[in-house]
Amino acid sequence: MPAVKEIQNPVVRLTELVATTTHVPVWLAALRRNALARFSQTGFPTTDDEDWRFTPVTALKALPFVIATPDFDRADAAIQHSPFASIEGPRLVFVDGQFSRELSQVTNLPDGVRVQPISEALRQDNSALQSHIERLPDRNASPFLPLNTALFSDGAHIEIPAGCELPAPVRVLFLTTSPHAGAFAALRNVIVAGANSRVTIIEQYVDASGAAYWNNVQTTLVAGEGAIVEHIRFQEEGRHAFHTGSLHLVLARDCRVKHHSFALGARLSRQDIRARLDGEGLDCVLNGLYLTDGDRLADHHMIVEHLRPHCTSHEYFNGLLDDRSRGVFHGRIHVHPGADKTDAKQTNKNILLSKDATVDTKPQLEIYADDVRCTHGATIGQIDAASVFYLRARGLGEEDARRMLLHAFAGEIVERIDYAPVREEIDSLIWERLERNPHIAATA
Amino acid sequence: MSLLEITDLHARVEDKVILRGIHLTIQPGEVHAIMGPNGSGKSTLGHILAGRDGYEITRGTVRFNGVDLLELAPEERVRSGLFLAFQYPVEIPGVNTAYFLRAAVNEIRKHRGQPELDAVQFLTFTREKMKMLGLPEDFLKRSVNEGFSGGEKKRAEIVQMAVIEPTLAVLDETDSGLDIDALRIVANGVNKLKRPDNAQLLITHYQRLLNYIVPDVVHVLHDGRIIKSGGKELALELEAKGYDWLIKPQLQTA
Repeated sequence: MPAVKEIQNPVVRLTELVATTTHVPVWLAALRRNALARFSQTGFPTTDDEDWRFTPVTALKALPFVIATPDFDRADAAIQHSPFASIEGPRLVFVDGQFSRELSQVTNLPDGVRVQPISEALRQDNSALQSHIERLPDRNASPFLPLNTALFSDGAHIEIPAGCELPAPVRVLFLTTSPHAGAFAALRNVIVAGANSRVTIIEQYVDASGAAYWNNVQTTLVAGEGAIVEHIRFQEEGRHAFHTGSLHLVLARDCRVKHHSFALGARLSRQDIRARLDGEGLDCVLNGLYLTDGDRLADHHMIVEHLRPHCTSHEYFNGLLDDRSRGVFHGRIHVHPGADKTDAKQTNKNILLSKDATVDTKPQLEIYADDVRCTHGATIGQIDAASVFYLRARGLGEEDARRMLLHAFAGEIVERIDYAPVREEIDSLIWERLERNPHIAATA
Repeated sequence: MSLLEITDLHARVEDKVILRGIHLTIQPGEVHAIMGPNGSGKSTLGHILAGRDGYEITRGTVRFNGVDLLELAPEERVRSGLFLAFQYPVEIPGVNTAYFLRAAVNEIRKHRGQPELDAVQFLTFTREKMKMLGLPEDFLKRSVNEGFSGGEKKRAEIVQMAVIEPTLAVLDETDSGLDIDALRIVANGVNKLKRPDNAQLLITHYQRLLNYIVPDVVHVLHDGRIIKSGGKELALELEAKGYDWLIKPQLQTA
């Protein structure tokens, strides 16, 4: 019975979902058709793909896909208790992929600043937005990117005009409330920081459902000449949830961009980062922390492309893995011909809190330019025994000593956040997690 | 009661026997020096007293204030008054010195039934000790030992000793890697911490330190045993003649 077989095919089941965006411009409708065809063709990645070797998506494919349906009352309560709730500033809230005007806060913005749902932006004639959506790179992209293009329901559109400095951070909050397994949301964010503008953006994923839902995200961040942008991605999905995300950074001359990726939740999370350093003298920091336990898996896969001379890129990723959880890191620095005087550095450090936890790490350098300084390194190990002894020899109990060292390990990443209220909140949040962890003292 | 009483201590690391019967008694108010060539077991003795893992005690006892020291965890040893100044202090990136040291001092004070120090009291108390040892103001703001020069690390150890106020301080090669000025500062700091109710055990390869911290008793350690003990003049004799004159007769009688 071929018909039944086809319905069971996860790609077909997914492509039968209809994007819920009501106003789709003609160009987007065409783009979606192509993207859908493309996803139908490539389908889900398998562990035969080099880029997905350690990240099986079998459980994801088995979900009964449905379009997520929001429960706004539940969302309201969850927002009050979510991290960064006390931080003042413009706020966009999406519940199960749908914008909530009631829960959002976007008044009193300076002239020319746009903080709006992308569904609204698409109703306006915006050729710049169109090009940011259309011109995503095909090469090396996640297979879930075309799926996102085909089905995205909403997301944030943020535009900071040239020279504008926004004092308060823009917070974009994605909540999931749908109690149905397989609830699927595709989210698209486009952030454009004009020349010499300055902005901090918090992109946050919170669970209020407890279900095995799937968020598939694409964020494009375009930084103009001399722009200073801090982008904090705080992923704290539920422990049954799946999260696949791509971040594309398009960076112009002399900009300073810091991206922080905190992967604290989800049963499986995968973050693809693609950075194009396409202007001279810019500085890009990719900074990340993953904490996993149980059967969870956190995967970061990034490619940093140096296209012009005199650019600096630093990638720092630390992982703390407990139980049978898994961490995956893939980082490639690609220095193109002509990108002379590149200064690139990449580190991935992992601490295993259990003998069943595993990490697969693959740092790579590809250099086709002259006079560059590139370093990379990866470590996997336990808490340093000499440091534990030193702290104990000063009077701290073994558990306190170990916790202090783990906190410091996470702190190496946290302290790179410039925006102090977020830095402090993440720091105490991680400390609370370590306090709750029963395995700190057990793994001598 | 003696402060420290080591009786017939034997220890090994895996299959390698390092200590072969140490006897050592220290009374309150005394300064002892243990000297010996490289590989004699000096630092092992310090590590064992502080409770470092990896040593197997095969025979003997160590009593500290009458308590079986070897039964105590490292943190219990320092809380009850035995402090080790490390030969190679560990660098701990990301752990703020003030935060760590205040937590440590308060653990120890709790154990002694003393009130904990708040941040202001701790700073006042510690700054005074830092001044005495010539450590820069930013010492407390930095990560533990990170980026410190060799001399700064050793001075930082003595600052920690000063705020912890041990009854027995074991100084493991505190003089190594110090120039003469730094040595004088460190020795001066150690001397100022001396009281009738506490004691110091200096582990050193060279006599140089003993020009500044004058010991009551000098012991020579060789091949895991104390082969000679004497007054401070023994150190000068070692400086003049080296270790060979003591070691050679040992080999002949062995």
